[in-house]
Amino acid sequence: MLRACRSWPLPIVLVLLLGACGQPPWNNPYPASQSGENILYGAFTERPKHLDPVRSYSANEYAFIAQIYEPPLQYHFLKRPYELVPLTAQALPEVRYLDAKGEPLPADADPERIAISEYLIEIAPGIQYQPHPAFAQDAAGAYRYHQLDAKALARLKTLDDLPETGTRELIAEDYVYQIKRLATPWLHSPIAGLMGEHILGFQALRERIEAAAPEPVNGARLFFDLRQVAFEGAEVIDRYRYRVRLEGRYPQFLYWLAMPFFAPMPWEAEALYGQPGMRQRNLTLDWYPVGTGPFMLSENNPNLRMVLERNPNFHGERYPSEGMPEDHAAGRLADAGKPLPFIDQAIYSLEGESIPYWNKFLQGFYDSSGVSSDAFDQAIQFDTGGEAELTDEMRAQGITLVTAVQTTIWYMGFNMLDPLLGGDSESARLLRQAISIAVDFEEYISIFANGRGVEGQGPIPPGIFGHREGEAGINPVVFDWRDGRAVRKPVEEARALLADAGYPNGRDPHTGRPLTLYYEAMDAGPDGRARLNWIRKQFAKLGIELVVRATDYNRFQEKMREGTGQVFMWGWNADYPDPENLFFLLYGPNRKVDGGENAANYRNPAFDALFERMKNMDDGPERQAVIDEMTAILRHDAPWSFGFYPKSFSLHHQWLDNVQPNLMANNTLKYRRLDPALREELRERWNPPVLWPLGALLLVLVVGAVPALIVARRRERGRAL
Amino acid sequence: MPVILITDALIFVLIAVGIGFGLYAARHEHLRGPWRQVGRSPIGLAALVVILFYIGIGLLDSLHFHPRVESVAAAPSAAAPTYSTQIISVLDLWLSGLRERQEKTFSAPFASHLFVKEPIEQPDGSVVRGYPRLEHGGAHLDDPARRGVDIALRGLLGMVTGLIVWSALLVVLIAVLALRWRQPFNASVRAIWRGETELPWRVGLITLALMLVLSFMAAELAAKYHILGTDKVGEDVFYQSLKSIRTGLVIGTLTTLVMLPAAVILGIMAGYFGGRTDDVIQYLYTTLNSIPGVLLIAAAILMLQVYMTNHADQFQSLVERADLRLLFLCIILGVTSWTGLCRLLRGESLKLREADYVQAARSLGVRHSTVISRHILPNVLHIVMITLVLDFSGLVLAEAVLSYVNIGVDPTMNSWGNMINSARLELARDPVVWWSLAAAFVFMFTLVLAANLLADVVRDAFDPRLRSAA
Amino acid sequence: MSAYILRRLLYALPILIGVNLITFLLFFVVNSPDDMARMQLGDKRVTQEAIDTWKGERGYDKPLLYNAAAGGLGALTETIFFQKSLKLFAFDFGQSDSGRDIGFDIRQRMWPSLAIAIPTLLVGLAIAISYALMIVFFRATYIDVGSVVLLVAMMSISGLFYIIGGQFLIGKLFRLVPISGYDTGLDALKFLILPVVVGVVAGIGSSTRLYRTFFLEEINRDYVRTARAKGLHERKVLFRHVLRNALIPILTGVVAVLPLLFMGALIIESFFGVPGLGSYTIDAINRQDFSIVRAMVFLGSVLYIVGLIMTDLSYTLVDPRVRLS
Repeated sequence: MLRACRSWPLPIVLVLLLGACGQPPWNNPYPASQSGENILYGAFTERPKHLDPVRSYSANEYAFIAQIYEPPLQYHFLKRPYELVPLTAQALPEVRYLDAKGEPLPADADPERIAISEYLIEIAPGIQYQPHPAFAQDAAGAYRYHQLDAKALARLKTLDDLPETGTRELIAEDYVYQIKRLATPWLHSPIAGLMGEHILGFQALRERIEAAAPEPVNGARLFFDLRQVAFEGAEVIDRYRYRVRLEGRYPQFLYWLAMPFFAPMPWEAEALYGQPGMRQRNLTLDWYPVGTGPFMLSENNPNLRMVLERNPNFHGERYPSEGMPEDHAAGRLADAGKPLPFIDQAIYSLEGESIPYWNKFLQGFYDSSGVSSDAFDQAIQFDTGGEAELTDEMRAQGITLVTAVQTTIWYMGFNMLDPLLGGDSESARLLRQAISIAVDFEEYISIFANGRGVEGQGPIPPGIFGHREGEAGINPVVFDWRDGRAVRKPVEEARALLADAGYPNGRDPHTGRPLTLYYEAMDAGPDGRARLNWIRKQFAKLGIELVVRATDYNRFQEKMREGTGQVFMWGWNADYPDPENLFFLLYGPNRKVDGGENAANYRNPAFDALFERMKNMDDGPERQAVIDEMTAILRHDAPWSFGFYPKSFSLHHQWLDNVQPNLMANNTLKYRRLDPALREELRERWNPPVLWPLGALLLVLVVGAVPALIVARRRERGRAL
Repeated sequence: MPVILITDALIFVLIAVGIGFGLYAARHEHLRGPWRQVGRSPIGLAALVVILFYIGIGLLDSLHFHPRVESVAAAPSAAAPTYSTQIISVLDLWLSGLRERQEKTFSAPFASHLFVKEPIEQPDGSVVRGYPRLEHGGAHLDDPARRGVDIALRGLLGMVTGLIVWSALLVVLIAVLALRWRQPFNASVRAIWRGETELPWRVGLITLALMLVLSFMAAELAAKYHILGTDKVGEDVFYQSLKSIRTGLVIGTLTTLVMLPAAVILGIMAGYFGGRTDDVIQYLYTTLNSIPGVLLIAAAILMLQVYMTNHADQFQSLVERADLRLLFLCIILGVTSWTGLCRLLRGESLKLREADYVQAARSLGVRHSTVISRHILPNVLHIVMITLVLDFSGLVLAEAVLSYVNIGVDPTMNSWGNMINSARLELARDPVVWWSLAAAFVFMFTLVLAANLLADVVRDAFDPRLRSAA
Repeated sequence: MSAYILRRLLYALPILIGVNLITFLLFFVVNSPDDMARMQLGDKRVTQEAIDTWKGERGYDKPLLYNAAAGGLGALTETIFFQKSLKLFAFDFGQSDSGRDIGFDIRQRMWPSLAIAIPTLLVGLAIAISYALMIVFFRATYIDVGSVVLLVAMMSISGLFYIIGGQFLIGKLFRLVPISGYDTGLDALKFLILPVVVGVVAGIGSSTRLYRTFFLEEINRDYVRTARAKGLHERKVLFRHVLRNALIPILTGVVAVLPLLFMGALIIESFFGVPGLGSYTIDAINRQDFSIVRAMVFLGSVLYIVGLIMTDLSYTLVDPRVRLS
């Protein structure tokens, strides 16, 4: 490194201009002052839209707020199948069932008789909020910043301009406050509609809040203290206990209690941000969260970077000491019992493009990375058994690979309202089945996802109760079981089905022309064209002409809502590990045209009846039987072609530990552990600047100048003579 | 069954206009002179030859039709032939080999094996991961290791064929020239060889030879190999590059054409009438000009998408949709770029209005429309000419940038912009997949370079100020 | 002079109204307020009720251009168009559809844009002028011919290739600078090198060629011939007379684009991850954030008009023969 500098005299000047020769690497995108610090580096592609737990509902937002806000429950980091454990709660909530008269019922009572379920949640005492100006009090105990005058507001640019901070203990009131916020109409919680169906008196609360709250001023809502609004659905019992009442039975509610929607919200925060003028300065709960979690947002500049910093008031949590047997073997329990979090800071930079991200990861400037399909061959190879493993090059860099089948399904849906393709007629059903066979998702996975996916056999991805592996789990309409694996039926069978449906060779018998179907596409990206061509090819196997109607995502959704599409592809990410969250996508009353999520607009009374039974059952053989029955109906009716369950591959540098993927938990940042010294050393080793091009450029310029000088000299002389 | 897409129709209109203009120019010395000067410039002629090659391919790609579907044996009605709803062009038909010989995924230029590893089933039933043979590229070889020889032989064959065709053309051409020059054949050959002719035939013929040899070599090799490799879904990159030519040409020419009437009429009106008319027209183009172009294009393209979604039944096929989007892109690009021409024309007609002969015509009571069409329009035609040529290369380049922002041509349409857009992700691969990017670069660079060189020559020939200065 | 500027500014008003009307029509034909609400409220589980309240809060529940329900003047003022346009003229851009204050973001993102645009302009100008001068000095030699061919070739390469190539070579293969990103203060320096180099190289072809023609035009004038006849050194002729006179069209051209530097470089910024106004605009287009795009269109138009006025003024400053009328 130093020798390289000596051998190039001019570059040394450049080097001095740039700062220093040698360490840190020239291409280090971070300030030198951060070297050796216990900081995790990540990126965000798009700035998060909402950081208010009442609004936020997407993975890129959860990456931040799940580290800051603490709902009462969380998923166990290591145990599989996913298991709920208390986070701020003392224990898992107790459930009590009441009948219509308010009499308690035994736990195994007939669900029909259950009118109300009561959840009693007790939180741990002594949990403190992060330091925040909303809690700052003066000597007299009055809140310093709750009554800012116009002058103070004018000086305000960021939250840092309110220097004094304070804290307070977490109480049950804060949880109830947040549940009331879910009902607040102007906060637009995406789950308000759903919770309205389950939490007792939720709709009435909405109306009460609307009626009681003052009118907005200049489009902005001022602080309205929700504590004064009574709510039978969520009540404070004492300082550390609160009770949630649900209508009927809704066992899935526990899962919701592990999502940030049910995190605590101190009223002080709303009082601070609800002052007039705060919103014009982007000072809202949507941008400046306040929580009790292991981290707090210390820099919030979505135009550049977001920084999470260790919360000094964190109540302390310890690394889990139990796990699966393979966790023991893999050393994932080495940190058992150690206090969390391990890292001091997490810096997320804005990185819109995938190429720079990947290259920076290889250079060691990001700690983990996904594997984009273009970087795939460089990173991953398959061994002879078809198992994914890292390439030698990656292994030489000490990178580790972590894989997991996601609890997500990508499916090809058929609009059941379509006169040709939809409906309950035998002909349409055969047509759908034929298409299901013809569209070869295995090929799709191998071309577009580099084999990172598992072909779907039904609506339930692995890892969720109800999924069946092996021969028992295959979709007999589309697959055969041969040599110990599922094999897609040959295209001939699909053609035969198509002929049975009344379209021999894919021709419409009335016109003699090939059958024409419309595909609603929503991608316009670079890969879009290839993907659309591929899908067209699949339909062409049957002689069907597929007309692609490509639009943007907005239009696509509009089409889905109007139910005017024919064939489309869409995905669903399970909110919680329960089959109800997937089957409801095909539940009749939940049709998209009626405002639900059932994009195929499928409706089958037998299926709907089974769904209503299934959703209230506890996991067990009985529930499995119902699920099997439901799956069989779906396979026969084929409103979806069950595309595939994507597999996520992630790469981590050797200095990062405890990276076991947990698809349900999103507060896993606290488990990560870093070795900054090793990172520093490797970054230096990997990034020696290549200097010869600078020298070469200089040489070209010098050599190029010589003839020019000669000509110039000759000219001047010629003129002088 | 032929199909005429809207842009096809406009291309034919453009050609008609071009021929009409050519005939008109031939009869008017002030237009014929500069054109002859263009022809006399060796660079201009060479560029022209290259551009003509591009135009030829573009034209072949503009003759669209529905291919006939071979009727199914079972179908009783043999009388009415059925046509596919698919639309293809003559070029597609000609290149159907390239179009249909698709591989599974990436393969390098001239490769005989896939670029990525796949599980290959061995004869004994075991599965090994390796690079499988391509289905088409180099499939005729028994021993892929010896494909260098095969490539060289085929290349040579192509070269020889190209030279033979060239020689045939040469003989015919020289015979014609000799007749016109009233010279013996040999003397003509000598004159051309020594570069003593008025037009630089030598340069033109050498360029022609180069292009012919390249085309025939490509044709010969493309029959057995993917000479520019294949892309992610195994489509031949050479085919894509050829298909992109039409897109580039259409954007480069139709954009100016569609807005030409507005620019000419408004520009001349503003300059000729002055006063209120001038104010209104100036207001119009200043307003349009002050909107950042990219944003205007983005809005317009989004709007088109809405229209298409709402009227989906009007567009039976992808090709028609893509075509409409292309046309719309041309129009909106035209809207953002016509103002420059309009301003130039306004200035020129402002000057011409004061010219003696115009004043004389006016005082004799000649109608405004007659004055404009007789005296003003012919005298500003050279400005239109120069603008058209100068704008061309800029527009071809703009297409690529717009496609990057996803507001360019339809993603299903072959265009260099779309090729670059998808190829930039491929650069992140290691080993790098460079051929899509390189192919788009070479094809685009050649066209734009030729256009730029021609534009220089044309401007020098037509711009009197520079001509006198030279 | 000030009367002239004032008149020009007043003249700009109808233009800005026109610009606003055009963008407004374009965007609302594309996007109904319902779409915007849905986009901002997220994908999962959105109810019509939530959409209606969202629209109500942001003033999108009024008719677009004409309110038949409101009487008198209200028919025009109680519309989305009027309400949303009026504030723009006071440079109050309001909130983006996702709820952030646009003015705040613009003020923040303006600096990275300028940090790239100004060095690119200055360095590009310096290189292009000196190169053009050199070509003119060596006119009618192979250096001239070779350079012109080189320049035309450079012009014929799409800007995308420069960006892709620059990032690939300098950032990835040579590891000289960070591949992308940005930082505040002095730390920004190392991030600026690559975009500026790419911007300069991409622009050299066309600008040098343009300046060359300016120089050539001057060099054929009578006064240059006279100067040369006096026996003045070629170098002196070039620097003292040709350069000075050719600078007038060059600089007035630069003045016209100066205000637009604020708008940032669209592609370069989004490629190199620079949080400037260019990438802001691109993001807004992709997210269909109507408010931001409208604000940027307005800003762009204002700056364009400012550029026009500045050009006129600069003409009078450098050339006393031109009078403001």
